[in-house]
Amino acid sequence: MTTANQAAIERYRNNFLKEVEANVEEGHMVKMCMQCGVCAGSCPLGPHWTHSPQKIFMMIRAGKRDEVLGSDSMFMCTSCYNCMVRCPRQLPITHIMHGLANYAHRLGLAPKGQPTRDFATLFWNNLSKKGRVNELMLTLQHYFRNGLVAGIKEAMAMQGIGLGMFKAKRINPMEIFGGHGVKDLKGFHAIIAKAKEIEDRKKGFTA
Amino acid sequence: MNAPATPKYAAYICSGCGIGDAMKVGQLENIAKREGKMTVVKSHPFLCNAEGVQLIKDDIANEQVTHVCIAACSRRAKTEAFQFDGVAMSRANLREGVLWVVAQGKEHDEVRQEMAADYVRMGCAEVKKMKQPAGNVKEASSKAILVVGGGMSGMTAALEIAETGYEVVLVEKSGALGGMAGNLWKRQPFKAPYAEAQDTGVADMAARVSSHAQIKVHLNSTLAETSGAPGRFTVKIAQESGAVTDVTVGAIVQATGFTPYDMAKLPDLGGGQANVVDQVGLEALAKAAKGGEIKRADGKPVKSVVFVQCAGQRDPSGQHLSYCSGHCCGTSVKQAMYFKDQNPDIDTVVMYQDLRLPGMGEDFYRSAQQKGVIFTKGKASKVSGGDSCNVTFKDLILDEENTIPADLVVLATGQVPNAGVDLEKWNPVVTAAEGGDEAAKAQRDEMRATQSVLKLTYRQGPDMPQFKHGFADSHFICFPYETRRTGIYAAGPVRRPMDMLQAIDDATGAALKAIQAVENASVGRAAHPRSGDLSFPTARLEGCTQCKRCTVECPFGAIDEDEKRFPKFNEERCRRCGTCMGACPVRVISFENYSVDTVGSQVKAVEIPEEDEEKPRILVLACENDAYPALDMAGLARMNYSAWVRVIPVRCLGSVNTIWITDALNSGYDGVMMMGCKKGDEYQCHFVKGSELAHYRMSKIGDTLKQMGLEPERVVTQEVAITDNARVVKLINDYVAELDKLGPSPMKGFG
Repeated sequence: MTTANQAAIERYRNNFLKEVEANVEEGHMVKMCMQCGVCAGSCPLGPHWTHSPQKIFMMIRAGKRDEVLGSDSMFMCTSCYNCMVRCPRQLPITHIMHGLANYAHRLGLAPKGQPTRDFATLFWNNLSKKGRVNELMLTLQHYFRNGLVAGIKEAMAMQGIGLGMFKAKRINPMEIFGGHGVKDLKGFHAIIAKAKEIEDRKKGFTA
Repeated sequence: MNAPATPKYAAYICSGCGIGDAMKVGQLENIAKREGKMTVVKSHPFLCNAEGVQLIKDDIANEQVTHVCIAACSRRAKTEAFQFDGVAMSRANLREGVLWVVAQGKEHDEVRQEMAADYVRMGCAEVKKMKQPAGNVKEASSKAILVVGGGMSGMTAALEIAETGYEVVLVEKSGALGGMAGNLWKRQPFKAPYAEAQDTGVADMAARVSSHAQIKVHLNSTLAETSGAPGRFTVKIAQESGAVTDVTVGAIVQATGFTPYDMAKLPDLGGGQANVVDQVGLEALAKAAKGGEIKRADGKPVKSVVFVQCAGQRDPSGQHLSYCSGHCCGTSVKQAMYFKDQNPDIDTVVMYQDLRLPGMGEDFYRSAQQKGVIFTKGKASKVSGGDSCNVTFKDLILDEENTIPADLVVLATGQVPNAGVDLEKWNPVVTAAEGGDEAAKAQRDEMRATQSVLKLTYRQGPDMPQFKHGFADSHFICFPYETRRTGIYAAGPVRRPMDMLQAIDDATGAALKAIQAVENASVGRAAHPRSGDLSFPTARLEGCTQCKRCTVECPFGAIDEDEKRFPKFNEERCRRCGTCMGACPVRVISFENYSVDTVGSQVKAVEIPEEDEEKPRILVLACENDAYPALDMAGLARMNYSAWVRVIPVRCLGSVNTIWITDALNSGYDGVMMMGCKKGDEYQCHFVKGSELAHYRMSKIGDTLKQMGLEPERVVTQEVAITDNARVVKLINDYVAELDKLGPSPMKGFG
């Protein structure tokens, strides 16, 4: 990943806006922001992130690559689409935020230990294994992400909900032995590999 | 219609709108006949309908009626119905002035009837002193129009005027037409899609102006002297070579434009450094590049450029311009496109605090964003020079100090109007010069020779008055092109900051005003705000004491002195406010239909009850522009005010002659209240200083009152606005209560 990062830096030199335009979903719309701040004022999570969309766009234009790609802000977006609906310049802000999060993640620059990022990684790894989510394993992996003691504590705290889900047949304890999957597992893995190949090529991650 | 030799007076009383139910119309008829001495007296239940109007028209045609008093609604109502050519007319306000403002009910019948009777008496008294103004047609009046300045505004005005068939004399200081617009490489778009900079069109326009049969262009020329009045301005046009041409014109459009704010005053922002230019400087570089690579003065191609907006503008410290010039955001957007269109890889940053593109400029802004121009919200604090400039700024979004390097920095400095001499500075110099100060005399001549644009020979100074930022006068009483110098109109950035499209609109408006002015002047009609008025002031010079008050106090400089030091009226400059009439201590100035007598006779026509009747009488002199409408509107809203007042509308409080006040108090009125417009710096007076002068004159009336043994409270002056309908009612009622405490006037019974 660092090589991809180095390559991107080399390629776009000081023009981070161009890099975003080329590699981030809907990145070409960043330049159309007129800095009115309606997005920042509309975001329900506004007080909880380091940079509002308005600031992120300003930072992109100011060439602040490390700050933008290392920001936790894009991961805090809950996709409520409030900003996008209100933007007077009709920027697809939500899409851009997710695009930036994805780009930062793939370059390995996204903040370490960011809960949303970690959970998303966990979810993807779980899902891509068999094409179906293994709810039991996902839950356990999530609880034990910070070690054994913390995991037991968290599991104990959540046991009421866990039992309820078990009774409602939402969680199957037998899933601990591998769980269910899609019919053509080989084909599924081939599809995922191909999709990744196409995307890597498009976004310049192929060596 | 031939004017009959003998005057014949007629009064018509309307009993409609409830007047007949609340008042005894028969009695009012008798008063008009016996006391008002009207030959014809008629009443009608609906005077403003076709039948009622015909009744009056028939009398004018068949009975040779020459003077008509209409006792019905306010003079401000039904003006189209009650419009009779060739006869003098007065209006007694029975509806808004009596019916609607006196409390309802039987117990008020008596005072209501008395009030109505007094208004009928006043209407009859007034009309007998009036003459129908005939106007003053001037055969020799010039209809040519002088346009000063050959830029976008001047050329537009010239073409608009010429295309309407009037002759134009265009004077341009430089050797070519075009002005500031001629310096531009391209201009902002005027039409959808508002996306690309356009050719300025100056060359075509200049060719059209130069070849137009109705336009005479004087290049390399300035004005050496402007004298006269609308319809007969005499202008000396001085060429650079020294030759002087005399022309006679009817009106003047001043389109002298602006000068960019001097960058040298902005050393912090790099003003004066080699690689820092202002917007005009950048236009020169773009013009030199002719669409190719834009190069700096040292020949190096520009690879990165920063536009610093609001350079020396919107400055709260008072050191630089405090205002926004309106066009610079759009201009910088356009100039950034010059670079992007030529090479999209050139870094272009527009650094703004608030980006404002009036009109459809927002589309233009968007187009620049599409082209990749970077807009940074920040305030530049320092531009350091050298081969590569560094712009230090505070990023207002990220709230941090930052620096951007640039090959070239463009400062968006503002517009400084070329409005000529600032009269605020001129006046003290002239006062000192007239006192014999030699240095002041030299300074005065220097100011006149080097700073003045119009070089008017007016008493009030050589140029138009200016607003606080030095822009030429405009918006005189809400009309954008109207100024305090009759027949002289300012157009374009000389009167307020504006872009090219606005200047074109502005010049077209001023052109129309100028045409209106020459037409008005040729028939002796007044200009705004008494537009259409045919009356004009005349002075009975036998009685004049040459005190010069009228000449000094005229707000429009319409009165000069002739060689015998008598007042000489430049009627075409006159706005018919009557301030001269109010000023005259010997009362020799009058209009045909408005004079010391027309008002004085109304004051005297009111019946003053004896002291023991306990019915005070209060004279209200109300300015017809704001106070009288406010009173009418109070009536319209059925607000009640005291039936002790008798209201007389006046053209302006400035026209109030103190004789009316002393006459009123002598004849037993208990108090006099004057209602005029707001005075002072934020004045609303329709004649600039009429209200101010009235306040000043009344402040001096105390001695007279003392001699008469009266309290100073018996004369008050109030400032009211047209929207003050509730307030005028309160002012009147409070004043009545105050006078009630003072007790009746001791002058009663002596009148």
